[in-house]
Amino acid sequence: MNLTLKIWRQQNSKAQGEFVEYKVTDVSEDISFLEMLDVLNEDLIERGEDPVAFDSDCREGICGACSIVVNGIPHGHQSGTTVCQLHMRHFDDSQKIVVEPFRAKPFPIIKDLVIDRSAMDRVIQAGGFISVGTNQFAEANAIPVPKDVAESAMDAASCIGCGACVAVCKNASAMLFVAAKVSHLNLLPQGKPEKDRRVTNMIRTMDAEGFGNCTNIGACETACPKGVSLDFIAQMNRDYAKAIIKGQLLNASQTAAQETK
Amino acid sequence: MNILFALYKSSVGKKYIVAATGFLLFIFLIGHLLGNLQIYMGAEKLNAYAHFLQTKPLLIWASRAGLLLIALVHVTTTIKLALENKAARPVGYEVSKAPYAPLTARSILVSGIIIGLFVVYHILHFTSVTFNPEFSDLRAAHNVYGMVVAGFSNTYVSAFYIISMVLLFMHLRHGISSFFQTFGMNNKTYRTTIERLAVVAAGLVFLGNISIPLVVLLGFIK
Ligand code: HEM
Ligand code: FES
Repeated sequence: MNLTLKIWRQQNSKAQGEFVEYKVTDVSEDISFLEMLDVLNEDLIERGEDPVAFDSDCREGICGACSIVVNGIPHGHQSGTTVCQLHMRHFDDSQKIVVEPFRAKPFPIIKDLVIDRSAMDRVIQAGGFISVGTNQFAEANAIPVPKDVAESAMDAASCIGCGACVAVCKNASAMLFVAAKVSHLNLLPQGKPEKDRRVTNMIRTMDAEGFGNCTNIGACETACPKGVSLDFIAQMNRDYAKAIIKGQLLNASQTAAQETK
Repeated sequence: MNILFALYKSSVGKKYIVAATGFLLFIFLIGHLLGNLQIYMGAEKLNAYAHFLQTKPLLIWASRAGLLLIALVHVTTTIKLALENKAARPVGYEVSKAPYAPLTARSILVSGIIIGLFVVYHILHFTSVTFNPEFSDLRAAHNVYGMVVAGFSNTYVSAFYIISMVLLFMHLRHGISSFFQTFGMNNKTYRTTIERLAVVAAGLVFLGNISIPLVVLLGFIK
Protein backbone atom coordinates (compact mmCIF):
# COMPACT_ATOMS: atom_id res chain seq x y z
CA MET A 1 0.00 0.00 0.00
CA ASN A 2 0.97 3.62 -0.55
CA LEU A 3 0.41 6.25 2.08
CA THR A 4 0.71 9.98 2.65
CA LEU A 5 1.92 10.86 6.11
CA LYS A 6 1.57 14.29 7.65
CA ILE A 7 4.05 14.21 10.50
CA TRP A 8 4.84 16.74 13.23
CA ARG A 9 8.52 17.70 13.02
CA GLN A 10 10.16 19.68 15.80
CA GLN A 11 13.92 19.98 16.37
CA ASN A 12 13.77 20.31 20.17
CA SER A 13 11.53 21.52 22.98
CA LYS A 14 12.25 25.19 22.21
CA ALA A 15 11.95 25.04 18.43
CA GLN A 16 8.85 25.96 16.48
CA GLY A 17 7.45 22.74 15.03
CA GLU A 18 5.55 22.15 11.79
CA PHE A 19 3.82 19.43 9.83
CA VAL A 20 5.76 17.89 6.96
CA GLU A 21 4.22 15.57 4.37
CA TYR A 22 5.94 12.35 3.35
CA LYS A 23 5.00 9.64 0.90
CA VAL A 24 5.72 6.01 1.75
CA THR A 25 5.30 3.47 -0.98
CA ASP A 26 5.01 -0.30 -1.10
CA VAL A 27 4.11 -0.64 2.56
CA SER A 28 3.33 -4.23 3.55
CA GLU A 29 0.06 -4.51 5.40
CA ASP A 30 1.63 -7.06 7.74
CA ILE A 31 3.99 -4.58 9.37
CA SER A 32 3.16 -2.44 12.38
CA PHE A 33 2.74 1.31 12.37
CA LEU A 34 6.17 1.77 13.95
CA GLU A 35 7.77 -0.53 11.39
CA MET A 36 6.12 1.56 8.70
CA LEU A 37 7.83 4.60 10.28
CA ASP A 38 11.10 2.62 10.28
CA VAL A 39 10.65 2.14 6.53
CA LEU A 40 10.12 5.86 6.11
CA ASN A 41 13.18 6.61 8.26
CA GLU A 42 15.45 4.31 6.26
CA ASP A 43 14.34 6.15 3.19
CA LEU A 44 15.00 9.52 4.85
CA ILE A 45 18.46 8.42 6.01
CA GLU A 46 19.32 7.25 2.51
CA ARG A 47 18.31 10.64 1.17
CA GLY A 48 20.49 12.29 3.82
CA GLU A 49 17.51 13.73 5.70
CA ASP A 50 16.84 13.74 9.41
CA PRO A 51 14.81 10.66 10.40
CA VAL A 52 11.57 11.11 12.36
CA ALA A 53 12.21 10.64 16.08
CA PHE A 54 9.67 8.48 17.91
CA ASP A 55 9.72 6.41 21.10
CA SER A 56 9.53 2.64 21.27
CA ASP A 57 11.02 -0.12 23.31
CA CYS A 58 9.33 -3.51 23.61
CA ARG A 59 7.18 -3.28 20.47
CA GLU A 60 5.02 -5.90 22.13
CA GLY A 61 2.43 -3.61 23.67
CA ILE A 62 3.68 -4.01 27.22
CA CYS A 63 6.19 -1.27 28.02
CA GLY A 64 4.22 1.90 27.27
CA ALA A 65 7.06 3.67 25.47
CA CYS A 66 5.34 4.22 22.14
CA SER A 67 3.23 7.35 22.15
CA ILE A 68 1.83 8.64 18.88
CA VAL A 69 -1.48 10.22 18.00
CA VAL A 70 -2.65 8.66 14.72
CA ASN A 71 -5.44 10.50 12.93
CA GLY A 72 -6.60 12.20 16.11
CA ILE A 73 -6.54 9.18 18.44
CA PRO A 74 -3.64 8.21 20.73
CA HIS A 75 -2.32 4.81 19.57
CA GLY A 76 -4.70 4.98 16.60
CA HIS A 77 -8.28 3.89 16.03
CA GLN A 78 -7.85 0.21 16.89
CA SER A 79 -9.12 -0.21 20.45
CA GLY A 80 -7.08 -2.01 23.10
CA THR A 81 -3.92 -1.65 21.05
CA THR A 82 -0.70 0.29 21.48
CA VAL A 83 0.62 1.95 18.34
CA CYS A 84 3.48 -0.59 18.19
CA GLN A 85 0.84 -3.32 17.87
CA LEU A 86 -1.26 -1.42 15.36
CA HIS A 87 -0.91 -3.09 11.99
CA MET A 88 -1.05 -1.44 8.62
CA ARG A 89 -3.87 -3.74 7.47
CA HIS A 90 -6.17 -1.51 9.53
CA PHE A 91 -5.50 1.36 7.10
CA ASP A 92 -6.70 1.90 3.56
CA ASP A 93 -4.47 2.13 0.54
CA SER A 94 -3.52 5.73 -0.35
CA GLN A 95 -4.91 6.96 2.97
CA LYS A 96 -3.62 10.19 4.42
CA ILE A 97 -2.50 9.76 8.01
CA VAL A 98 -1.85 12.61 10.42
CA VAL A 99 0.87 11.71 12.93
CA GLU A 100 1.25 13.87 16.04
CA PRO A 101 2.94 13.66 19.43
CA PHE A 102 0.95 13.34 22.67
CA ARG A 103 0.07 16.91 23.60
CA ALA A 104 -0.03 18.19 27.17
CA LYS A 105 1.82 20.87 29.09
CA PRO A 106 3.46 18.33 31.43
CA PHE A 107 4.70 16.39 28.34
CA PRO A 108 7.19 18.74 26.65
CA ILE A 109 8.32 17.60 23.22
CA ILE A 110 11.93 16.43 23.12
CA LYS A 111 12.03 15.92 19.38
CA ASP A 112 9.36 15.27 16.72
CA LEU A 113 7.10 12.62 18.26
CA VAL A 114 9.21 11.99 21.36
CA ILE A 115 7.86 13.52 24.55
CA ASP A 116 9.23 13.80 28.07
CA ARG A 117 6.93 11.83 30.38
CA SER A 118 9.01 12.21 33.55
CA ALA A 119 6.07 14.06 35.13
CA MET A 120 4.44 10.63 35.41
CA ASP A 121 7.56 9.23 37.06
CA ARG A 122 7.41 11.98 39.66
CA VAL A 123 3.79 11.06 40.41
CA ILE A 124 4.95 7.46 40.99
CA GLN A 125 7.81 8.67 43.20
CA ALA A 126 5.25 10.49 45.35
CA GLY A 127 3.53 7.27 46.40
CA GLY A 128 3.48 4.53 43.78
CA PHE A 129 5.45 2.14 45.99
CA ILE A 130 5.23 0.23 49.26
CA SER A 131 7.85 0.74 51.95
CA VAL A 132 9.10 -2.72 52.84
CA GLY A 133 12.49 -4.32 53.24
CA THR A 134 13.58 -6.05 50.06
CA ASN A 135 16.33 -8.20 51.49
CA GLN A 136 14.13 -11.26 52.10
CA PHE A 137 11.02 -12.11 50.26
CA ALA A 138 8.01 -13.33 52.19
CA GLU A 139 6.03 -16.45 51.44
CA ALA A 140 3.53 -15.33 48.75
CA ASN A 141 0.50 -16.92 50.39
CA ALA A 142 1.27 -15.73 53.91
CA ILE A 143 -1.09 -12.78 53.50
CA PRO A 144 -4.46 -13.88 52.13
CA VAL A 145 -5.87 -11.68 49.36
CA PRO A 146 -9.49 -12.24 48.31
CA LYS A 147 -9.73 -13.37 44.70
CA ASP A 148 -11.88 -10.44 43.50
CA VAL A 149 -9.54 -7.93 45.17
CA ALA A 150 -6.53 -9.57 43.58
CA GLU A 151 -8.25 -9.46 40.17
CA SER A 152 -9.16 -5.82 40.57
CA ALA A 153 -5.63 -4.91 41.66
CA MET A 154 -4.29 -6.77 38.63
CA ASP A 155 -6.65 -4.83 36.34
CA ALA A 156 -5.33 -1.57 37.78
CA ALA A 157 -1.76 -2.80 37.54
CA SER A 158 -2.20 -3.47 33.82
CA CYS A 159 -1.62 0.26 33.23
CA ILE A 160 1.60 0.56 31.26
CA GLY A 161 1.97 4.27 31.95
CA CYS A 162 1.98 5.28 28.30
CA GLY A 163 0.07 8.54 28.84
CA ALA A 164 -2.62 7.94 26.21
CA CYS A 165 -5.27 8.88 28.80
CA VAL A 166 -3.63 12.30 29.20
CA ALA A 167 -3.21 12.65 25.46
CA VAL A 168 -6.85 11.92 24.63
CA CYS A 169 -8.39 13.85 27.51
CA LYS A 170 -9.96 17.15 26.53
CA ASN A 171 -8.51 18.51 29.79
CA ALA A 172 -5.12 16.74 29.58
CA SER A 173 -5.96 15.11 32.90
CA ALA A 174 -3.87 12.24 34.23
CA MET A 175 -6.61 10.91 36.50
CA LEU A 176 -6.88 7.48 34.87
CA PHE A 177 -3.13 6.89 35.14
CA VAL A 178 -2.89 8.14 38.72
CA ALA A 179 -6.07 6.27 39.72
CA ALA A 180 -4.70 3.02 38.30
CA LYS A 181 -1.44 3.44 40.19
CA VAL A 182 -3.12 4.47 43.45
CA SER A 183 -5.76 1.72 43.29
CA HIS A 184 -3.41 -1.06 42.39
CA LEU A 185 -1.53 -0.61 45.69
CA ASN A 186 -4.41 0.69 47.84
CA LEU A 187 -6.45 -2.43 47.12
CA LEU A 188 -3.85 -4.86 48.41
CA PRO A 189 -3.02 -5.58 52.07
CA GLN A 190 0.63 -4.66 51.43
CA GLY A 191 -0.42 -1.22 50.23
CA LYS A 192 -2.93 -0.47 52.99
CA PRO A 193 -0.54 1.02 55.60
CA GLU A 194 0.36 3.91 53.28
CA LYS A 195 -3.08 4.20 51.65
CA ASP A 196 -4.06 7.70 52.79
CA ARG A 197 -0.63 9.20 52.36
CA ARG A 198 -0.29 7.61 48.93
CA VAL A 199 -3.52 9.01 47.50
CA THR A 200 -2.99 12.54 48.84
CA ASN A 201 0.67 12.75 47.82
CA MET A 202 0.11 11.35 44.34
CA ILE A 203 -2.80 13.69 43.68
CA ARG A 204 -0.81 16.67 44.98
CA THR A 205 2.10 15.80 42.68
CA MET A 206 -0.27 15.26 39.73
CA ASP A 207 -1.67 18.77 40.32
CA ALA A 208 1.78 20.32 40.73
CA GLU A 209 2.93 18.82 37.42
CA GLY A 210 0.19 20.79 35.67
CA PHE A 211 -2.15 18.05 34.48
CA GLY A 212 -5.76 19.14 33.96
CA ASN A 213 -8.82 18.16 35.97
CA CYS A 214 -11.12 15.25 35.22
CA THR A 215 -14.63 16.14 34.04
CA ASN A 216 -15.84 12.53 33.94
CA ILE A 217 -16.00 12.28 30.16
CA GLY A 218 -14.52 8.81 29.83
CA ALA A 219 -12.48 9.24 26.65
CA CYS A 220 -9.44 7.96 28.62
CA GLU A 221 -11.03 4.59 29.30
CA THR A 222 -11.76 4.09 25.60
CA ALA A 223 -8.32 5.21 24.43
CA CYS A 224 -6.45 3.18 27.06
CA PRO A 225 -4.64 0.35 25.28
CA LYS A 226 -5.10 -1.77 28.40
CA GLY A 227 -8.77 -0.91 28.98
CA VAL A 228 -8.17 0.48 32.49
CA SER A 229 -11.63 1.29 33.84
CA LEU A 230 -13.12 4.58 35.04
CA ASP A 231 -14.09 2.63 38.16
CA PHE A 232 -10.55 3.23 39.40
CA ILE A 233 -11.06 6.98 39.17
CA ALA A 234 -14.16 6.62 41.33
CA GLN A 235 -12.14 4.49 43.69
CA MET A 236 -9.35 7.05 43.92
CA ASN A 237 -11.94 9.79 44.52
CA ARG A 238 -13.33 7.65 47.33
CA ASP A 239 -9.92 6.91 48.85
CA TYR A 240 -9.07 10.62 48.71
CA ALA A 241 -12.33 11.53 50.47
CA LYS A 242 -11.61 8.98 53.18
CA ALA A 243 -8.07 10.31 53.60
CA ILE A 244 -9.41 13.86 53.94
CA ILE A 245 -11.94 12.77 56.55
CA LYS A 246 -9.06 11.32 58.55
CA GLY A 247 -7.25 14.68 58.32
CA GLN A 248 -4.60 13.58 55.85
CA LEU A 249 -4.99 16.55 53.52
CA LEU A 250 -4.32 19.15 56.22
CA ASN A 251 -1.50 17.15 57.78
CA ALA A 252 0.12 16.67 54.39
CA SER A 253 -0.14 20.32 53.39
CA GLN A 254 1.37 21.34 56.75
CA THR A 255 4.26 18.97 56.17
CA ALA A 256 4.71 20.33 52.65
CA ALA A 257 4.66 23.90 53.97
CA GLN A 258 7.36 23.04 56.52
CA GLU A 259 9.45 21.35 53.86
CA THR A 260 9.39 24.42 51.60
CA LYS A 261 10.40 26.71 54.51
CA MET B 1 -11.89 27.03 56.92
CA ASN B 2 -8.37 25.62 56.38
CA ILE B 3 -9.84 22.44 54.97
CA LEU B 4 -11.86 24.43 52.43
CA PHE B 5 -8.73 26.21 51.21
CA ALA B 6 -6.86 22.91 51.09
CA LEU B 7 -9.71 21.42 49.05
CA TYR B 8 -9.75 24.40 46.72
CA LYS B 9 -6.02 23.95 46.10
CA SER B 10 -6.46 20.34 45.01
CA SER B 11 -7.93 19.16 41.71
CA VAL B 12 -10.10 16.44 43.20
CA GLY B 13 -10.96 18.75 46.12
CA LYS B 14 -12.32 21.33 43.69
CA LYS B 15 -14.36 18.62 42.05
CA TYR B 16 -15.86 17.75 45.43
CA ILE B 17 -16.80 21.40 45.86
CA VAL B 18 -18.44 21.50 42.41
CA ALA B 19 -20.28 18.25 43.02
CA ALA B 20 -21.50 19.28 46.48
CA THR B 21 -22.74 22.70 45.35
CA GLY B 22 -24.21 21.15 42.19
CA PHE B 23 -26.11 18.69 44.37
CA LEU B 24 -27.48 21.52 46.52
CA LEU B 25 -28.56 23.43 43.41
CA PHE B 26 -30.28 20.30 42.18
CA ILE B 27 -32.19 19.98 45.48
CA PHE B 28 -33.26 23.60 45.06
CA LEU B 29 -34.40 22.86 41.49
CA ILE B 30 -36.64 20.08 42.74
CA GLY B 31 -38.16 22.29 45.42
CA HIS B 32 -38.65 25.12 42.94
CA LEU B 33 -40.29 22.76 40.46
CA LEU B 34 -42.62 21.19 43.02
CA GLY B 35 -43.68 24.68 44.11
CA ASN B 36 -44.44 25.70 40.55
CA LEU B 37 -46.28 22.50 39.68
CA GLN B 38 -48.99 23.74 42.05
CA ILE B 39 -50.17 25.69 39.00
CA TYR B 40 -52.06 22.51 38.08
CA MET B 41 -53.96 22.73 41.35
CA GLY B 42 -55.47 26.04 40.35
CA ALA B 43 -54.76 29.73 40.69
CA GLU B 44 -55.69 29.89 44.37
CA LYS B 45 -53.29 27.19 45.44
CA LEU B 46 -50.33 28.67 43.52
CA ASN B 47 -51.06 32.21 44.62
CA ALA B 48 -51.41 31.12 48.24
CA TYR B 49 -47.97 29.50 47.98
CA ALA B 50 -46.54 32.70 46.49
CA HIS B 51 -48.20 34.72 49.22
CA PHE B 52 -46.73 32.42 51.84
CA LEU B 53 -43.23 32.93 50.46
CA GLN B 54 -43.47 36.64 49.82
CA THR B 55 -44.69 37.39 53.33
CA LYS B 56 -41.70 35.66 54.94
CA PRO B 57 -38.88 38.11 54.19
CA LEU B 58 -36.43 36.38 56.49
CA LEU B 59 -37.02 32.98 54.90
CA ILE B 60 -36.89 34.31 51.40
CA TRP B 61 -33.81 36.50 51.81
CA ALA B 62 -31.92 33.82 53.70
CA SER B 63 -32.68 31.32 50.93
CA ARG B 64 -31.70 33.81 48.26
CA ALA B 65 -28.41 34.59 49.98
CA GLY B 66 -27.69 30.90 50.47
CA LEU B 67 -28.52 30.06 46.86
CA LEU B 68 -26.44 32.92 45.56
CA LEU B 69 -23.46 31.82 47.63
CA ILE B 70 -23.83 28.20 46.49
CA ALA B 71 -24.18 29.24 42.85
CA LEU B 72 -21.17 31.57 43.07
CA VAL B 73 -19.02 28.84 44.60
CA HIS B 74 -20.18 26.38 41.91
CA VAL B 75 -19.43 28.83 39.10
CA THR B 76 -16.11 30.22 40.37
CA THR B 77 -14.79 26.74 41.11
CA THR B 78 -15.78 25.43 37.68
CA ILE B 79 -14.21 28.45 36.01
CA LYS B 80 -10.99 27.86 37.92
CA LEU B 81 -11.07 24.19 36.86
CA ALA B 82 -11.77 25.14 33.24
CA LEU B 83 -8.88 27.63 33.15
CA GLU B 84 -6.50 25.02 34.57
CA ASN B 85 -7.74 22.54 31.98
CA LYS B 86 -7.06 24.99 29.17
CA ALA B 87 -3.58 25.67 30.51
CA ALA B 88 -2.86 21.93 30.62
CA ARG B 89 -2.90 21.75 26.80
CA PRO B 90 -1.34 24.91 25.36
CA VAL B 91 -0.82 23.37 21.91
CA GLY B 92 -3.80 21.49 20.53
CA TYR B 93 -4.08 18.72 17.96
CA GLU B 94 -4.30 19.08 14.21
CA VAL B 95 -6.86 16.29 14.14
CA SER B 96 -8.72 15.31 17.27
CA LYS B 97 -11.28 12.56 17.30
CA ALA B 98 -12.83 11.51 20.54
CA PRO B 99 -16.09 10.06 19.22
CA TYR B 100 -16.59 8.07 22.39
CA ALA B 101 -17.02 11.15 24.57
CA PRO B 102 -20.73 11.91 25.05
CA LEU B 103 -21.93 15.37 24.05
CA THR B 104 -23.48 16.14 27.44
CA ALA B 105 -20.10 15.51 29.06
CA ARG B 106 -18.08 17.58 26.64
CA SER B 107 -20.53 20.47 26.71
CA ILE B 108 -20.86 20.77 30.50
CA LEU B 109 -19.24 24.21 30.62
CA VAL B 110 -21.30 25.59 27.74
CA SER B 111 -24.57 24.25 29.18
CA GLY B 112 -23.56 25.70 32.56
CA ILE B 113 -22.88 29.16 31.14
CA ILE B 114 -26.21 29.25 29.31
CA ILE B 115 -28.04 28.12 32.44
CA GLY B 116 -26.29 30.95 34.32
CA LEU B 117 -27.48 33.49 31.73
CA PHE B 118 -30.94 31.96 31.83
CA VAL B 119 -31.11 32.30 35.62
CA VAL B 120 -30.25 36.00 35.35
CA TYR B 121 -32.97 36.45 32.71
CA HIS B 122 -35.46 34.42 34.76
CA ILE B 123 -34.94 36.63 37.81
CA LEU B 124 -35.26 39.82 35.75
CA HIS B 125 -38.38 38.38 34.13
CA PHE B 126 -40.46 37.14 37.09
CA THR B 127 -38.75 38.33 40.26
CA SER B 128 -37.78 41.92 39.52
CA VAL B 129 -40.20 42.19 36.54
CA THR B 130 -37.66 44.45 34.81
CA PHE B 131 -38.79 43.52 31.30
CA ASN B 132 -42.51 43.64 32.05
CA PRO B 133 -43.36 46.54 34.38
CA GLU B 134 -47.00 45.59 33.85
CA PHE B 135 -46.35 42.45 35.96
CA SER B 136 -45.68 44.49 39.09
CA ASP B 137 -49.39 44.88 39.87
CA LEU B 138 -49.92 41.16 39.49
CA ARG B 139 -46.94 40.52 41.71
CA ALA B 140 -48.08 42.98 44.33
CA ALA B 141 -51.46 41.22 44.39
CA HIS B 142 -49.60 37.89 44.79
CA ASN B 143 -51.21 36.84 41.51
CA VAL B 144 -48.29 34.72 40.38
CA TYR B 145 -50.68 32.58 38.37
CA GLY B 146 -51.72 35.54 36.24
CA MET B 147 -48.10 36.61 35.81
CA VAL B 148 -46.99 33.14 34.67
CA VAL B 149 -49.86 32.92 32.18
CA ALA B 150 -49.11 36.43 30.84
CA GLY B 151 -45.37 35.72 30.70
CA PHE B 152 -45.59 32.42 28.84
CA SER B 153 -48.26 33.65 26.41
CA ASN B 154 -45.34 35.24 24.60
CA THR B 155 -44.08 32.54 22.23
CA TYR B 156 -40.52 33.86 22.12
CA VAL B 157 -40.24 33.98 25.90
CA SER B 158 -41.60 30.44 26.20
CA ALA B 159 -39.29 29.21 23.47
CA PHE B 160 -36.31 30.69 25.31
CA TYR B 161 -37.39 28.99 28.55
CA ILE B 162 -37.80 25.66 26.80
CA ILE B 163 -34.42 25.87 25.05
CA SER B 164 -32.77 26.75 28.34
CA MET B 165 -34.39 23.71 29.91
CA VAL B 166 -32.89 21.52 27.18
CA LEU B 167 -29.49 22.83 28.25
CA LEU B 168 -30.36 22.29 31.90
CA PHE B 169 -31.32 18.72 30.99
CA MET B 170 -27.91 18.23 29.36
CA HIS B 171 -26.11 19.75 32.33
CA LEU B 172 -27.97 17.57 34.81
CA ARG B 173 -27.68 14.47 32.64
CA HIS B 174 -23.91 14.69 33.03
CA GLY B 175 -23.92 16.43 36.42
CA ILE B 176 -25.98 13.84 38.29
CA SER B 177 -23.92 10.86 37.17
CA SER B 178 -20.73 12.89 37.71
CA PHE B 179 -21.81 13.56 41.27
CA PHE B 180 -21.62 9.84 42.03
CA GLN B 181 -18.33 9.41 40.19
CA THR B 182 -16.72 12.44 41.84
CA PHE B 183 -17.58 11.29 45.35
CA GLY B 184 -16.41 7.78 44.52
CA MET B 185 -19.87 6.22 44.74
CA ASN B 186 -19.54 4.38 41.46
CA ASN B 187 -18.28 1.09 40.12
CA LYS B 188 -19.14 -1.40 37.42
CA THR B 189 -22.04 -2.82 39.40
CA TYR B 190 -23.81 0.52 39.61
CA ARG B 191 -22.51 2.50 36.60
CA THR B 192 -25.35 1.65 34.20
CA THR B 193 -27.98 2.24 36.89
CA ILE B 194 -26.43 5.60 37.76
CA GLU B 195 -26.34 6.66 34.11
CA ARG B 196 -30.03 5.74 33.75
CA LEU B 197 -30.91 7.44 37.01
CA ALA B 198 -29.27 10.63 35.71
CA VAL B 199 -31.33 10.50 32.50
CA VAL B 200 -34.57 9.87 34.41
CA ALA B 201 -33.96 12.53 37.08
CA ALA B 202 -32.82 15.15 34.56
CA GLY B 203 -35.71 14.12 32.30
CA LEU B 204 -38.32 14.55 35.03
CA VAL B 205 -37.00 18.01 35.91
CA PHE B 206 -37.05 18.87 32.20
CA LEU B 207 -40.59 17.63 31.60
CA GLY B 208 -41.93 19.25 34.75
CA ASN B 209 -40.37 22.59 33.92
CA ILE B 210 -41.31 22.76 30.23
CA SER B 211 -44.85 21.58 30.89
CA ILE B 212 -45.72 24.98 32.33
CA PRO B 213 -44.86 27.19 29.32
CA LEU B 214 -46.27 24.46 27.05
CA VAL B 215 -49.69 24.28 28.69
CA VAL B 216 -49.92 28.10 28.67
CA LEU B 217 -48.93 28.28 24.99
CA LEU B 218 -51.37 25.53 24.06
CA GLY B 219 -54.10 27.38 25.90
CA PHE B 220 -54.84 24.70 28.52
CA ILE B 221 -54.20 27.19 31.29
CA LYS B 222 -55.55 30.69 30.92
C1 HEM C 1 -29.39 25.11 38.21
C2 HEM C 1 -28.13 25.30 38.24
C3 HEM C 1 -27.08 24.23 38.25
C4 HEM C 1 -27.11 22.93 38.73
C5 HEM C 1 -28.27 22.21 39.37
C6 HEM C 1 -25.80 22.36 38.50
C7 HEM C 1 -25.44 21.07 38.84
C8 HEM C 1 -24.20 20.51 38.59
C9 HEM C 1 -23.78 19.21 39.02
C10 HEM C 1 -24.59 18.21 39.85
C11 HEM C 1 -22.49 19.02 38.56
C12 HEM C 1 -21.62 17.76 38.72
C13 HEM C 1 -20.43 17.96 39.59
C14 HEM C 1 -19.37 16.92 39.36
O1 HEM C 1 -19.41 15.88 40.03
O2 HEM C 1 -18.49 17.11 38.52
C15 HEM C 1 -22.13 20.18 37.81
C16 HEM C 1 -20.93 20.35 37.16
C17 HEM C 1 -20.56 21.49 36.47
N1 HEM C 1 -21.26 22.69 36.43
FE1 HEM C 1 -23.13 22.98 37.15
N2 HEM C 1 -25.00 23.29 37.88
C18 HEM C 1 -25.74 24.45 37.73
C19 HEM C 1 -25.34 25.64 37.18
C20 HEM C 1 -24.09 25.85 36.58
C21 HEM C 1 -23.66 27.11 36.04
C22 HEM C 1 -24.46 28.41 36.05
C23 HEM C 1 -22.41 26.91 35.54
C24 HEM C 1 -21.62 28.00 34.85
C25 HEM C 1 -20.35 28.08 34.73
C26 HEM C 1 -22.05 25.51 35.75
C27 HEM C 1 -20.88 24.89 35.35
C28 HEM C 1 -20.54 23.57 35.64
C29 HEM C 1 -19.35 22.91 35.14
C30 HEM C 1 -18.30 23.50 34.22
C31 HEM C 1 -19.36 21.61 35.69
C32 HEM C 1 -18.31 20.52 35.47
C33 HEM C 1 -17.23 20.62 36.48
C34 HEM C 1 -16.27 19.48 36.44
O3 HEM C 1 -16.71 18.32 36.29
O4 HEM C 1 -15.09 19.75 36.54
N3 HEM C 1 -23.10 24.90 36.41
N4 HEM C 1 -23.17 21.08 37.86
S1 FES D 1 6.81 0.00 22.33
FE1 FES D 1 6.35 -1.00 24.21
S2 FES D 1 4.22 -0.70 24.29
FE2 FES D 1 4.64 0.07 22.30
